[in-house]
Amino acid sequence: MRDLDLAFQLDRGNFKLNVAFTAPGVGITALFGRSGCGKTTVLRCVAGLERAAGHCRLNGDAWQDDGRGLFLKTHRRPIGYVFQEASLFMHLSVRRNLEYGLSRIPPSERRIGFDEVVSLLGIGSHLGRDPAGLSGGERQRVSIARALLTSPRLLLMDEPLSALDHTSKQDILPYLERLHDNLRIPVLYVSHSPDEVARLADRIILLQDGHIQASGSAGEILSRLDLPLAQDADASSIVDATVLSHDEDYRLTHLAIPGGALTVTHLERAIGARARVRIQARDVSVVLDASDTSSILNILPARILEMREIANAQILVKLCIGSDKQTPLLARITRYSRDRLCLSLGQQVYAQVKTVALMD
Amino acid sequence: MTLDLEPVWLTLKLATVTTAVLLVVGTPIAWWLSQTRSRMKQVVATLVALPLVLPPTVLGFYLLLLLGPAGPVGQFTQAIGLGTLPFTFAGLVVGSVIYSLPFLVQPAYNAFEAIGTRPLEVAATLRASPLARFFNVALPLAFPGLLTGAILAFAHTVGEFGVILMIGGNIPGETKVLSVAIYDHVESLEWTQAHWLAGGMVLFSFLVVLAINLLGQRVRKI
Repeated sequence: MRDLDLAFQLDRGNFKLNVAFTAPGVGITALFGRSGCGKTTVLRCVAGLERAAGHCRLNGDAWQDDGRGLFLKTHRRPIGYVFQEASLFMHLSVRRNLEYGLSRIPPSERRIGFDEVVSLLGIGSHLGRDPAGLSGGERQRVSIARALLTSPRLLLMDEPLSALDHTSKQDILPYLERLHDNLRIPVLYVSHSPDEVARLADRIILLQDGHIQASGSAGEILSRLDLPLAQDADASSIVDATVLSHDEDYRLTHLAIPGGALTVTHLERAIGARARVRIQARDVSVVLDASDTSSILNILPARILEMREIANAQILVKLCIGSDKQTPLLARITRYSRDRLCLSLGQQVYAQVKTVALMD
Repeated sequence: MTLDLEPVWLTLKLATVTTAVLLVVGTPIAWWLSQTRSRMKQVVATLVALPLVLPPTVLGFYLLLLLGPAGPVGQFTQAIGLGTLPFTFAGLVVGSVIYSLPFLVQPAYNAFEAIGTRPLEVAATLRASPLARFFNVALPLAFPGLLTGAILAFAHTVGEFGVILMIGGNIPGETKVLSVAIYDHVESLEWTQAHWLAGGMVLFSFLVVLAINLLGQRVRKI
């Protein structure tokens, strides 16, 4: 029973919420959807900040169970909550902010050390400062650390990056990825940014108008052409790869992926190590034959599984590397190219992959 | 000319005790008003604001009846051996607390409102109980508003006249405060004494309002 199990129903006239799902007790589960779809409400209900009818259990411990009339107040739930704006206590120093939650946790229940969190989030040099003097990105890192220091059994993050500018976002994403790799705390992550979801999520729950539109592993949801994530400008495929070999001479690394192989610039990883990579749909083009006349490293044999026309006379192509069930790959091409190349379903083609981004 | 300073000390004592009582009584009322979703909210808020619009004599008249030997509160205070409150210092405190209540509650309420729900929600997610949230988040963040309210309530009590005349009378050392003393001096045509006390009041009021303005300026900078 190491999982989160919830069901919420809410009727506020023009807004109706009706969701039920279980999420495993590890990794990042993203709640994705447009603003107003109810994703923040779900998060607030899990925290007990709002109340909807239903139930909410973590690892078998009930926090809310209407059948038994049980509803734990927020301060009795072992959660960490990171709000959209950092919301630091402006009357306390950074250190006192961090200690606010920590001091309420009995030492025997602390599983995450102060120094560990401070170094994980890189805020060691800010401890004596006032929150007012920190940048937006620094504040949000402090608020993440503050939530982690309560040793939560579930971390709730409500668009923690959306109030930040692009630079601060890029600054903070690596910390979130480290969090994901270093701490074994399940995370419920609310976002409307396809880019963040692709970078961080292990699983995705798509919300639309208060109900669940689709849910599943990140790889599956990201490559479904009927869902909004694939139709986004930042649409991408997530591929789990293994380090196959290194080419010291050309400083390249060869990765094995299900049904094929990728070559990337040198990775400091042992052979056999896992690597998660992300390939954006706009970086993949389709060619009919593999020629040796391109500077592009990765030209993979692929088959066309599905095509869908999206806005601006663009065609989204779902390819697969290897067999149908192996690596799915999204490509975005123009309708003109599709017609010129006479692409059809099931056709054998080659996917030219321009950029492969390492995610962890 | 002899200037009797006793009314000055009595006034300061009354204002100090009243402000202290108001902080204890008014702060929870302001907090409750800022947090509640009860339908009683507007009724309570109106009751608290009533002393702003009622003539002090009206307030004093009803207090006199309420606290007097025949009034329900008077009978209660007699039953527990306190005697009756009108024409005593304690009676003045009761009257002043009610009369100055809006001057503390309104700035305090505004300050609590200005905090918004977010810091309190954050504190709840950091395991703080409702009481802890009030004491170490709401109170410190609302402190400038509470201070302004306390200064206003203090100053307003110092300047009180009508209510005191109705329920306190003119007993030297017990209920004869500054404003009553000035009134007496003028009635007796003792212009010099009246001038000293009245002039002092003008200076005092100026300093109080100046202090509030300076405080407000400092808070805005933070």
